[in-house]
Amino acid sequence: MIDEDSPGMNPGLAEAASGEFPGEIENGNSRTPRWRKFLRSLKVPALAIFSALFLGGILIILTDTDVLWAWARFFNDPMRALSRSWEAVWDAYSALFVGAFGSLSAWSETLLRATPLTLAGLAVAFAFKASLFNIGANGQMILGAIFSAYIGFTFDITGWILVPLALAGGVLGGFLWGGIAGVLKATTGAHEVITTIMLNFIAAFLLAYFLTTDTFLPSGSANPISKNMLEQARLHRFISGERVDIGIFIAIAAVALVWWVLEKSTLGFQVKAVGLSPDAAKYSGMKVALIIALTLAAAGGLAGLAGATVVLGATGVLTGGVIGNLGFDAIAVALLGRSNPWGVLAAAILFGGLNAGAVNMQAETQIPVDIVIVIQALIILFVAAPDLVRAIYRIKKVDTEEAQSFTSSWGSS
Amino acid sequence: MKVELRGITKRFPGVIANEDVNLSLNSGEVLALLGENGAGKSTLMNCLYGLYRPDEGEILINDQVVDFETPGDAMVAGIGMVHQHFMLVPVFTVAENLMLGNESVSGPLGVLNLDDARKRINDLSDKYNLPVDPDALVRDLPVGVEQRAEILKALYRDADCLILDEPTAVLTPDEIAELEKVIRELADSGKSIIFITHKLGEVMRIADQIVVLRHGKVVGRTTPEDTTELGLASMMVGRDIQLVVDKPEAEPGAPMLEVRDLSVLDDRDAVAVESLDFEIRAGEILAVAGVQGNGQTELVEAITGMRPALTGSIHLDGEDITSATPRELWTRDLGHIPEDRQADGLVEPFSVADNLVLNTYNWKPFAKGILRDSPEVRSHANQLVEDFDVRTASIDTHAGTLSGGNQQKVIVAREFTHSSRLLVAAQPTRGLDVGSIQYIHGRIVAERDSGAAVLIVSSELDEVLALADRVAVMYEGRFSGVLEGDEITRTRIGLLMAGRTVDSGDSSETDTPEPPTQDPSADGNAR
Repeated sequence: MIDEDSPGMNPGLAEAASGEFPGEIENGNSRTPRWRKFLRSLKVPALAIFSALFLGGILIILTDTDVLWAWARFFNDPMRALSRSWEAVWDAYSALFVGAFGSLSAWSETLLRATPLTLAGLAVAFAFKASLFNIGANGQMILGAIFSAYIGFTFDITGWILVPLALAGGVLGGFLWGGIAGVLKATTGAHEVITTIMLNFIAAFLLAYFLTTDTFLPSGSANPISKNMLEQARLHRFISGERVDIGIFIAIAAVALVWWVLEKSTLGFQVKAVGLSPDAAKYSGMKVALIIALTLAAAGGLAGLAGATVVLGATGVLTGGVIGNLGFDAIAVALLGRSNPWGVLAAAILFGGLNAGAVNMQAETQIPVDIVIVIQALIILFVAAPDLVRAIYRIKKVDTEEAQSFTSSWGSS
Repeated sequence: MKVELRGITKRFPGVIANEDVNLSLNSGEVLALLGENGAGKSTLMNCLYGLYRPDEGEILINDQVVDFETPGDAMVAGIGMVHQHFMLVPVFTVAENLMLGNESVSGPLGVLNLDDARKRINDLSDKYNLPVDPDALVRDLPVGVEQRAEILKALYRDADCLILDEPTAVLTPDEIAELEKVIRELADSGKSIIFITHKLGEVMRIADQIVVLRHGKVVGRTTPEDTTELGLASMMVGRDIQLVVDKPEAEPGAPMLEVRDLSVLDDRDAVAVESLDFEIRAGEILAVAGVQGNGQTELVEAITGMRPALTGSIHLDGEDITSATPRELWTRDLGHIPEDRQADGLVEPFSVADNLVLNTYNWKPFAKGILRDSPEVRSHANQLVEDFDVRTASIDTHAGTLSGGNQQKVIVAREFTHSSRLLVAAQPTRGLDVGSIQYIHGRIVAERDSGAAVLIVSSELDEVLALADRVAVMYEGRFSGVLEGDEITRTRIGLLMAGRTVDSGDSSETDTPEPPTQDPSADGNAR
């Protein structure tokens, strides 16, 4: 991959350039227009999605007995094998697409699923910016769900107060849960990957415990299903007959807020400095430990809000499986969105769409929903191995962020 | 071995790193490759060593055209490279390191044959006069010996052409003299040697031919007989330069920094600085000389609030700053140029503009409340880039892509924007080229003359001689001597650096006292 060198690999070159070749510098990556940078940043995720759909298509062919039968007679009628394969894949993916984006109610289901994924994805992405790997979004969502559910079924007051109060409760729950990991990291150096994973388990069993108490269960019930949220505590459904609620607007507002904090505020400046170079941050007088603790707590708050939108939105009730694996899907969403807040939103809508469309696909073509989970996993695999995608599609690496000197790490062999 | 480069051109996106470079080197010859940072020396050698492939041109070994796809190919062809940063495994012994990747084994199970390796190493050691204990752990070796092991490693693989990348950067004066002898001996035994450096003195002493690169092109070919250090320096920077810092007499005022009974622990909780007492007066430069690793780093970190003091006190203009944080010190007018500019001085993926406000980002006018003011940050950056002559494509360029000299200028610009009462500069010109050194030295002297107390920590003798009003030599956590005025000589500092005490007047008979302003960057412009 000789061609993938970039000026970033040789610190000396910039100087040589500025003195001697001012003309070429105009084309250097620092002057690239924003929209070109934007398009360039889309390249790898887009190709990852395409590659995953391609491999998913092969899987669809392999799971369809009719198609396999046609392939068994490939030499009698090769066109038939090919056309049957194409039909199977086309039918499946068009059903998937229609179920995701093909109608108002498809969009409703997609956005409904995208809401918690966006918020929890932000929780992971924001922590990434400080070089913290927040695996604990699931636990933080559970705590958020517990807090907001308790408020949502307990205080019989007007919705104008109750909804914000319950949402704030969700934020607080996640904030505390993320904050535990943050404080542990900042004071003792305990690695956040370990602590957040463990806190996930604690959160799950805490929820299971609460669902045995009278505070949470309807009187006389022993089923681990909480009381219903009060009607006025539920998030408003703004399209009659459809399940999507105002949670999606809350999620979009959170995306804008996180973007603003990261790009425009001094807080975001510190978070990024701590993430990219803790030594330089400390040397510049930043309170590194405080920033680490706050970042994880804030990330937890976002995940907690995600949990709140689940119980106050579609489910309206707290159960042991209410969060499921959403907190882990959120890691995938953050990776696909490259930790950019708007990227997270786009990735969440894609994942929401895949989940919503999968139901329709199974109904129309009998292809199991699991295929979609495989496709999601493949997307992440490709996104996590960008060099693989670049190698497959022979893309040159241009952005300096990813260029790294291999001479410095080059060994003695 | 005869090595020849013909018309080598290597382009990177937007930049031509090497353009039509021709070199030729016979067995037994020492070629010095000289140039400023970013002149393309390393790129050229990486082409020869198979790390890069040139876009144009060819490489000839013993008159045969060769094509190296990987460093492995280059090694097989007999080319060995000793990198500036050593590539040895610290927890392995010398013998294990040398055989790594080229193990001699015995028996069907492939048991390592260390005896064989030991024997070969001892033979090589004797032959080239490079004494090394094959069973010593690399992490226990002094830097000079570690480098010897690196050279042996190349010889162990039968290298006939040795590339040495800034080999003297980390050595003491004694070790440098030793290395120069070794290079001579290797050349005499028929090896061809390419020596990358920007220290002019070394070049004059050991090179057979000198090739000067600037902006990727060969701008001069000469021999030590036909040129002078001044001539080389002018070739490197492309203009006439003065090798002397214009430094008026110091006019020291009241004590500004007072350090009393200071002890500091290092990262392994060993005492690195031991009951140190000193003061620096306003308008005075105290240079702390010494071989790296004698407590200078910890001393600087203690003063700048990066590391707690174990005992003792530090006062700045009468105020106790012993346990002040970096932020508090900044508000008390401490300027700090950190030793490790890439780790401590810059957030490399941040833009130049953001790095220029790294410690003022939340101050007016760069922020209103928690909202950052980008236009202010940008106009500030444009101003500083112009004032300090930072060579960067734009203020949005990532600081990590700048050359070392320009990175340092960014830091210097940031720290000098506000006037200091105390300036602490650790290795301020390490790895920089003549032009940048001249510039930064001038700025430091200007800071002194405006009334700041200046603490310079440098392992570079020439820098110390150029800047210091007083010199303290640090050895094993203490000052082994403090020199002033005429006492400041190369020989004395050298002895003190080695831990020997100097009785006043003792060695001065053989000394030619050098005035501290003479010959600052001659061979000391780099670490």
